[in-house]
Amino acid sequence: MAISAAAVRELERNANRIRRDVVEMIGVGMAGHLGGSCSLADIISALYFHTMHHDPKNPKLPERDRLILSKGHAAIVQYAALAECGYFDKALLKTLKNFGSPLQGHPDLRKLTGLEANTGSLGQGVSIAAGMAAALKLDQNPARVFVATGDGELAEGQLWEAFMAAANFKLDNLRVIVDKNGLQATGKTKDRFPIENIGGRLEAFGFAVQEIDGHNISEIVEAFEKADTVKGKPSAIIAHTIKGKGIPFAENVASFHNGTLTQELYDEALEVLAKREEALL
Amino acid sequence: MSMHNQRQEYGKTLVELGHENKNIVALEADLGLSTMSSLFGKEFPERYFEMGIAEQDMTSFAAGLALGGKIPFVNSFAVFASGRAYDQIRQSICTANLPVKIVGSSSGLSDFGDGATHQAIDDMAIMSVLPNMTVLTPCDGIETRKAVRWAAASEGPVYIRLSRNDLPDVFPEEGVYDPSKPVLLREGTDIVLFSVGIMVHEALKAAELLQKDGISARVVHIPAAKPMDAEAVRSMAQGVKGIVGCEECSIYGGINMQLSYIFRGSGIPMEAVAVMDRFGQSAHSHAELLEAYGLTAPHIVEAAKKTLAE
Repeated sequence: MAISAAAVRELERNANRIRRDVVEMIGVGMAGHLGGSCSLADIISALYFHTMHHDPKNPKLPERDRLILSKGHAAIVQYAALAECGYFDKALLKTLKNFGSPLQGHPDLRKLTGLEANTGSLGQGVSIAAGMAAALKLDQNPARVFVATGDGELAEGQLWEAFMAAANFKLDNLRVIVDKNGLQATGKTKDRFPIENIGGRLEAFGFAVQEIDGHNISEIVEAFEKADTVKGKPSAIIAHTIKGKGIPFAENVASFHNGTLTQELYDEALEVLAKREEALL
Repeated sequence: MSMHNQRQEYGKTLVELGHENKNIVALEADLGLSTMSSLFGKEFPERYFEMGIAEQDMTSFAAGLALGGKIPFVNSFAVFASGRAYDQIRQSICTANLPVKIVGSSSGLSDFGDGATHQAIDDMAIMSVLPNMTVLTPCDGIETRKAVRWAAASEGPVYIRLSRNDLPDVFPEEGVYDPSKPVLLREGTDIVLFSVGIMVHEALKAAELLQKDGISARVVHIPAAKPMDAEAVRSMAQGVKGIVGCEECSIYGGINMQLSYIFRGSGIPMEAVAVMDRFGQSAHSHAELLEAYGLTAPHIVEAAKKTLAE
């Protein structure tokens, strides 16, 4: 089922708003995970505003689809999406990392409504998502579990344990999204610790694998629809992305993994995003 | 006195709980025939997750099951259940305060033949240090059954420390289990012996030996190494002239260090019977190791007399 051009535009607009929220949350002079949040923004927009079945008025809806960021450092992109959906007042975004704020540096489900797991120590999110998917199957609950990892994160051995388990338990309600932005904290993933042929490896581990442009809304949406047709095995979607996407000075720059914005850069980022918003209207 | 095995009693109780509550699930990392989680697997194959020899994935997977409304029991030897998956317990489970129950089997030196790699002397410390975690230290088969039931009904994460070998019964079948309160097992007036897990049996033997020397020893079992009710523990030491803490784990991070904090400023002389900063090693019996590591009744007697001499 192809998505209409108008719907694509709407999702692009939401992705742009999410990026704007991310920049505003990071603000001036404070370190924040800009790069890996922006690489996920289009996927997050497609999930929260199109693909996932969920209800901000009823965050504990048993049949809701779940999203876990195994790359918990991108929490701000999820906070932005939750706020844009109406899970909580957008004013709360400005409290990021304030002492006592529910918006922690990494997601804490005991503090903020709409989060599904505590992540941050890399490599654990897929195991959690798989356990959740197994629980849903036991209850014959039709909900799906989406989990996003980074490509640098794939060096964590636990992920591969989890991939094997997901295939063994035939968790076809599990969708692993690999945000393949090619950068990690200290440089290019291919220079730091190369992990070639991610798709082939995941196939060998028992996954149905798709590769997409992670910034192309139509491809994202169609990949999730296609994953729904796979039975008896988990799905992986390898999203080729650009770290810092949408913020020109941060695109493909490793130092914006957890970078700090000067007033000039902050203004520049918001200006670019405002122009993009106008173009999408 | 009849004997029970904590692993067997655990396995049987888990099956009972499985019948009573369909949300009970169990996870295993290929040690099910030893941890006795296999009993649950036989009865409820669809609720039994054989995770392969992958303790880290098993532990975070359990967090996911808990988030999905299940009450997961995670099984392995104590050394792996706690240590191999420490970060997963910390990050996936404890920060979110999830109701995952981790059952550390063959704890302490009780896996006598397998040596240092398999003997958990550090599990008490690394489980106790985690906020939200409860650490249960049952001393016999009957208490194990009650501890497992209590854990299943509790809302947060629980670590249950079990021994490998058969143990004599200390507790009667009847009686309410309340892990927050220390249990007086034997009245005495001169000293008090606080003990957890299998050391309860050594403490009771020590009290007999001390009586022959004219020393009256009170024996108190602490059902949960954490949290410990400081006021209740203090009340158990009223009038005594010496305190000994007995535990089959490292002196670092076990009950002795907590006792020394609870009794700070009390002026009562204290001694510890614990594993003194050493790894375990292979032997042909658990008893042989308890002797070599200074964890038997005569060692407790010696420690008790030392407090009285101070």
